[in-house]
Amino acid sequence: MKRPNTVVAPYFLITPYILHFLLIVAFPVVFSLILTVHRWNLLSPMTWVGGTNILTLISDPLFWKSLWNTLRFLIIHIPLQIAIALVLAEILNQQLRARGFFRAVFFLPVVISGVVVTILWKQLYASENGVFNEVLLALGMGRVEWLTSPLIAMPAIAIMATWKNVGLYVILLLAGLQSIPKQVYEAATIDGANRIQQFFKITIPMLNPVLLTVIILSTINGFSLFIEPYVMTGGGPLNSTLSMNLFIYKQAFCFYKMGYAATLGFVLAVVVFAVVAVQRKFFEKEF
Amino acid sequence: MPKRLLKWLFYGALLTGAFTFLYPFIWMIMATLKPEIEVSNLSLIPSKFTLQSYINVFQRIPISRAFLNSLLVSSIVTGSVLVFSSITGYALSRLQFRGREVIFGIILFTMMLPFQITLIPMYVLMVKFGWVDTYQALIVPGMISTFGILVFRQAYKNIPQDLIDSARLDGCSELRIIFQIVWPLSIPTMVTVGIITFMNTWNDVLWPIIVIRKTEMMTMPQTVALFAVGGQADAQMGSILAAATLLAIPVVIAYVIFQRHFIDSMATSGLKG
Repeated sequence: MKRPNTVVAPYFLITPYILHFLLIVAFPVVFSLILTVHRWNLLSPMTWVGGTNILTLISDPLFWKSLWNTLRFLIIHIPLQIAIALVLAEILNQQLRARGFFRAVFFLPVVISGVVVTILWKQLYASENGVFNEVLLALGMGRVEWLTSPLIAMPAIAIMATWKNVGLYVILLLAGLQSIPKQVYEAATIDGANRIQQFFKITIPMLNPVLLTVIILSTINGFSLFIEPYVMTGGGPLNSTLSMNLFIYKQAFCFYKMGYAATLGFVLAVVVFAVVAVQRKFFEKEF
Repeated sequence: MPKRLLKWLFYGALLTGAFTFLYPFIWMIMATLKPEIEVSNLSLIPSKFTLQSYINVFQRIPISRAFLNSLLVSSIVTGSVLVFSSITGYALSRLQFRGREVIFGIILFTMMLPFQITLIPMYVLMVKFGWVDTYQALIVPGMISTFGILVFRQAYKNIPQDLIDSARLDGCSELRIIFQIVWPLSIPTMVTVGIITFMNTWNDVLWPIIVIRKTEMMTMPQTVALFAVGGQADAQMGSILAAATLLAIPVVIAYVIFQRHFIDSMATSGLKG
């Protein structure tokens, strides 16, 4: 016979979660939907504007610019990150000494606050006296305007983000590599496949699920790009590093356009879902 | 390719990698010990060691207060996540009740929800509650984590039913079962959830920037970020780098001690997410 305790207990135990969910998920999502059809600066009462926010968004060049900036970031960041992480993970998977040490070093930037990394790289990238430019000058080459050229600033941020995050993906890929049975490689060697063939015919296909995880994770991270441009460039020069998140932040907390910012948030969420869905589809088809 | 050569190539690549990841940090620490005019020199060794950059930081911004704020907020959030996420995870994995699958579905949905959707209304909520510039604004939204619930739910599936049954026969309440039987059996899981939660809370900077405007309530990353972009540093790179170093030190110390746990935890959370 069930005692009353075990009938009531579950509901008692999940109550904190339910309350928390109602407060920080359910209410905000509903309220966000309401905001998308209103104009509101937090102070005066909300005014109904219907589809105006979404129309404003479609004709807002800054929105498209921020979307393009974020995509530009991802196009550089993801392939670079996967290539470097794959190479490092593949090497760490060999029988070598001090692998634990190298693993720990590669992972160090992952645990350190993005604020620290951004401040540090801002100085490395500095046009006058920055470490990178000093090295270039010492090698007899010219300065690069890392953060002050609209063309280079976003790629520079993408390189920094790769440096910060790649350690995590090395660990994920390494775990994936270790789960591939050794016998598969032994059989391939007997059949005369060389290392390079093995890498493309065995390693990559077997790593497929982990690669997809890596791509999705870095996509989601990429769309949350905020503190890096906030500290490094403030979104400039000429809005070339204005990420979608920074754009939303500015609309909401510099201009107090709450309705417009909420609309941007929804659209960004849809974009993230769409991009991730495309990546999933591509992976299912390709392999 | 001969095996020996390949091995040297691998070590070469690993050392290049290690240099690339370590050198900037070493350069940063050395730069903070140099006189201001030498900060951007390539050489690591200053002409004379000075703590002036650190003195500047402590004089210009309340960084010790910011450190205490961050420590307080991160500790409370972590404690709360461990308690409430494990309770929820336990109910979902070990108890039968109507609506369990619905709750589980909701949790999965919440995990997939991009935070950009809830950001603006959450801020409005904080304003309406009068929580702007308070600890509540930093703590309450993070008090339960769906990631924690899923990890605990999975871990608790492996606990023998006999243990739970016999505790019930002895008259233990479900809460006592969780804290006295289930917790001691799942220490590694608690370490994982604890590290991830503490680190994410400590490093988060977007949310504090939105809900905290008063200097003395700011978290440490927020204080350092604003010091770097605002005018208080007088464009003194040495001081800005010193503030960044102070922000990095607690995490680096924790990382050196719990290195393996950090890496394993992040790998788990990465694959879960």
